[in-house]
Amino acid sequence: MEFWYTEEHSEDVRFSIRVDKHIYSGQSEFQRIDIFESKEFGRILTLDGLIMLTEKDEFIYHEMIVHVPMATNPNIKRVLVIGGGDGGTVRELTRYGTIENIDMVEIDELVVEVCKKYILQTAGKLEDPRVKLYFENGLKFVRSKEGEYDLIIVDSTDPFGPGEGLFTKEFYGNCYKALKEDGILVNQHESPFYPYYIDSMKRAHHRIREFFPICKVYQAHIPTYPSGHWLFGFASKKYDPIRDLDEGAWNRLNLKTKYYNTEIHQGAFAIPNYVKELLEGE
Amino acid sequence: MNRLSQEKAPIYEALKKYKMERVVRFDVPGHKGGRGNRELTEFLGEDCLKVDVNSMKPLDNLGHPVSVIRDAERLAAEAFKAAHAFFIVNGTTAAVQGMIMSACKAGDKIIMPRNVHKSAINALIICGAIPVYVNPGVDKDLGISLGMAVADIEKAILNNKDAKAVFVNNPTYYGICSNLKEIVKIAHRHNMLVLVDEAHGTHFYFGKDLPISAMEARADMAAVSMHKTGGSLTQSSFLLCGERINAHYVRQILNLTQTTSASYLLLTSLDLARKNLSLHGKEIFKRTMELANYAREEINKLGGYYAFSKEIINGDRVYDFDVTKLSVHTRDIGLTGIEVYDILRDEYGIQIEFGDIGNILAIISAGDRILEIERLVAALSEIKRLYSKDKKGMLESEYINPDLVMPPRQAFYSSKRSIPIANSLGHISAEFVMAYPPGIPILAPGEKITEEVLEYIVYAKAKGAFLTGTEDIEVENINIVEE
Repeated sequence: MEFWYTEEHSEDVRFSIRVDKHIYSGQSEFQRIDIFESKEFGRILTLDGLIMLTEKDEFIYHEMIVHVPMATNPNIKRVLVIGGGDGGTVRELTRYGTIENIDMVEIDELVVEVCKKYILQTAGKLEDPRVKLYFENGLKFVRSKEGEYDLIIVDSTDPFGPGEGLFTKEFYGNCYKALKEDGILVNQHESPFYPYYIDSMKRAHHRIREFFPICKVYQAHIPTYPSGHWLFGFASKKYDPIRDLDEGAWNRLNLKTKYYNTEIHQGAFAIPNYVKELLEGE
Repeated sequence: MNRLSQEKAPIYEALKKYKMERVVRFDVPGHKGGRGNRELTEFLGEDCLKVDVNSMKPLDNLGHPVSVIRDAERLAAEAFKAAHAFFIVNGTTAAVQGMIMSACKAGDKIIMPRNVHKSAINALIICGAIPVYVNPGVDKDLGISLGMAVADIEKAILNNKDAKAVFVNNPTYYGICSNLKEIVKIAHRHNMLVLVDEAHGTHFYFGKDLPISAMEARADMAAVSMHKTGGSLTQSSFLLCGERINAHYVRQILNLTQTTSASYLLLTSLDLARKNLSLHGKEIFKRTMELANYAREEINKLGGYYAFSKEIINGDRVYDFDVTKLSVHTRDIGLTGIEVYDILRDEYGIQIEFGDIGNILAIISAGDRILEIERLVAALSEIKRLYSKDKKGMLESEYINPDLVMPPRQAFYSSKRSIPIANSLGHISAEFVMAYPPGIPILAPGEKITEEVLEYIVYAKAKGAFLTGTEDIEVENINIVEE
């Protein structure tokens, strides 16, 4: 028997993984949720048919979205995660004893429920006493906050569907307002490779730049995301991710990571020329 | 006559049958099911082009319906509880003109508020009827025109007993309703017809806990923009008639100006929208009201904005309020509605219906989701944070009492000359000036150009309103009546 999961990375490109079992399928108010078991990638979470994570490569995404801002400002105490229903981002954050408080706002409660049941690798730390879960629209949650957070991490789906509001100017403006004076905003920033994603990537960058004096992009290699070349946005009112990186301080924490280290931290901000051109162009 | 069920959609069903039969086409349209225009077919879809056809025996004829269009009209009449319903494909403009031209001939008087849509005054130019304007009154704080007071209408009727009809905007663009039932009673007592521009009130016929509809209030005719809140395609509309109206005569009037090549895309969209609202309208508009109420609550929590609702009801000029309209007063954050409207589109990619000097209006419908509502609220919160300023020096009231010195038709066709608007004080205008949308004239043909009018035009232009109506496309010059 042949059983393959296929995602269309573009109209003319397909990415397939041989699947052993279809473990879960459900439809929430917002999206279709599926979990597959595979030999090569372990368990796979898809939303509306698109891969959100696999057990084999999720560490790359989650380490890069969390440790880059945490190493830039070790004094981060109050964190807001928007999206991130699989719990992977929260898991990385809970490794820092210095963080006092993590608010996670996920629009879709069912994603969290399903991950807690089937993907404990990422969802295992959602019960940490510092974590508070809110099941509501991220755009709405952040609207009423002012000067409350040291770090906001936007761990969203693509901007076509329930995540759409998290790529808008009104959202970035509201995040700016919700951050403290030295706050940092990190977001998943789509891919620069296929045309379908390029526009959202460029737009997100331009919109963030309108609010934050420091606005940079860094990259990572994530095998199961379209093209494998993925970007993150780093925006801040005060800290520069390279100038203010305190390598010694982070390394003294002795956190064991699989992808992130302080050399990758610096290297990740070196981006290819074609991406630079895309970001600088209109 | 066999009674058809509201689950039927006769025009839609006939078109489907026609498509299945694969008829060889030697008639218009010349694109022949899309083959003659590939790019258009790719853009709109083959299915769409295949049913873009002309009148023919199995599909009936809008100008003289005897089969499927007649059946569809009967179903629509039943759905709206009217004696007769006409499918209109020339926009609600055609429905409004059909009403006025059916009720009035040249020289006949018609009582109406001045804040009508330009289509109504255009009808006066075409048929030569003479308006008797009733001041709808203004809410000073909000700067919006209201409904007509019953006493004002009664006075106008008593002073003009020869008038043929009373024309009512119900609801207004902002959702304000007049006491329609009482207006109908008084008008009928004096043998006048009541014509209702119900362009923004389709949902009154199907939702619960909404203001009374024109047909239920026993008005004689109503123009209903099915495409605005009813889900049909842009430009499609219904004209409804009550029992006192001779529908055959109305059809003749409509045929004076309506196309003889009625679009079947528009007709089918009306047919299916009627079916949908008949079967599901109650839930659809319940959801719409919930979304609009939620948006209002959240916007009012932001502070600075005022999303008004039923609390403005006062038993007369605001007899009722349509809660599906999301009207938001913006002047207290120091911005005109026009400015907020522009910022929302240019900076936030959000298109709303219109902005005037003190308010914005967002249309909420069955097609909306909470995600979009959150975006609108978030953007308004940002606009307040980033753009708000002192409201000193902002223009206040909106209604300008017109000084009508000549019937619109006479002014429009008189010998005229073009002069700069700035120098036009005291002259009689021969054309319209209006912001579009909403398309309610600031100045109409036959009216004296006053200081108030000039001040308003200059202000609206400076704030970025899209002014239209004059021959001069730049709206720098205006045609005045040569005296």
